[in-house]
Amino acid sequence: MSLRNLIIKYLWTILFLLFVLISAVFHFEPGEATFGNFKMFFGEMISLIPLMFILIGLFDVWFPKEKVEKHIGKESGVKGIFWVIILAMLQAGPLYGAFPVAYLLYKKGCSIRNIFIYLGAFSTLKIPMLTFEIGFLGLKFSLLRTGLSLPIFISIGILMDKYLKNKSFEIRNLKQA
Amino acid sequence: MKLLAISAFFALVLSLFLDREKTMVGIKKGLKMFFNILPAFLNILIAVSVFLFLVPNETIVTYLGKGTGTGGILIAALVGSVALIPGFVSYPLAAILLQQGASYSVVAAFVTTLMMVGIITLPLEIKFFGKRAAFIRNTLSFVGAIIIALLIGVVM
Repeated sequence: MSLRNLIIKYLWTILFLLFVLISAVFHFEPGEATFGNFKMFFGEMISLIPLMFILIGLFDVWFPKEKVEKHIGKESGVKGIFWVIILAMLQAGPLYGAFPVAYLLYKKGCSIRNIFIYLGAFSTLKIPMLTFEIGFLGLKFSLLRTGLSLPIFISIGILMDKYLKNKSFEIRNLKQA
Repeated sequence: MKLLAISAFFALVLSLFLDREKTMVGIKKGLKMFFNILPAFLNILIAVSVFLFLVPNETIVTYLGKGTGTGGILIAALVGSVALIPGFVSYPLAAILLQQGASYSVVAAFVTTLMMVGIITLPLEIKFFGKRAAFIRNTLSFVGAIIIALLIGVVM
């Protein structure tokens, strides 16, 4: 990565550190107090976050998604729900990254119910995200939130299915849209 | 946090023992993700540091603390629905809010809507699923997030 790109990427951090430096020279209290906050948060988190990412990276190489993908669309009922949830848990990234995958599931013959269950599980149960949740908010909170989310997004899937079933619902790929 | 450090350590040792090469690939993948998210993470920390200097602790407790009930949950859910914050950044942010006096149910409303509801990405969602499905999914998810937050408030 070129120096220029690096500067652009860390522009705010660089500006902030300049501000802190100038504040330190002139004993500008707001600058010093702000840096105090920053130092505290940064110190608490910087040791933890790389560790979490290593855990996520290891998980990614040991539990490949391909093994789960072959079950999708074939299984129905509770088994079908189980496999879309497992597939969703192995993903990472923001929700809009799941939309193209939903299109693929749709093409593969996944039911409307399971597609929306996939979206629900994708947004609330991704393992990389859970790693962060447990690390920062604690195991109790994480277990409680996931335990409550599960029946809620399954219900959303069932409701969406019921509502959209006879309404010529289709998922389009972005290029067609 | 200790639990996580210990499990990361054991996972690493086990993985190294089973397959050295795979382990290296995994570590590289993880570190790559870390450096990808680092600028966004630093920006949020800076924003929060400035914000907490400007807004006193008591204000956060007043609006997002345990005593606020549904009001605080609604504020957090609305902000979470509109904001576009990567998950890897939202959890450190949530931890800071918690430290500053926000309640668990407020934090739950914030992280859940952040994950499930996307107002900014709604146009994109409509392109894939159509208006009707996108609106209903977001509405149901919003209601679901409030239910989750309220129940968490009861237990924690």
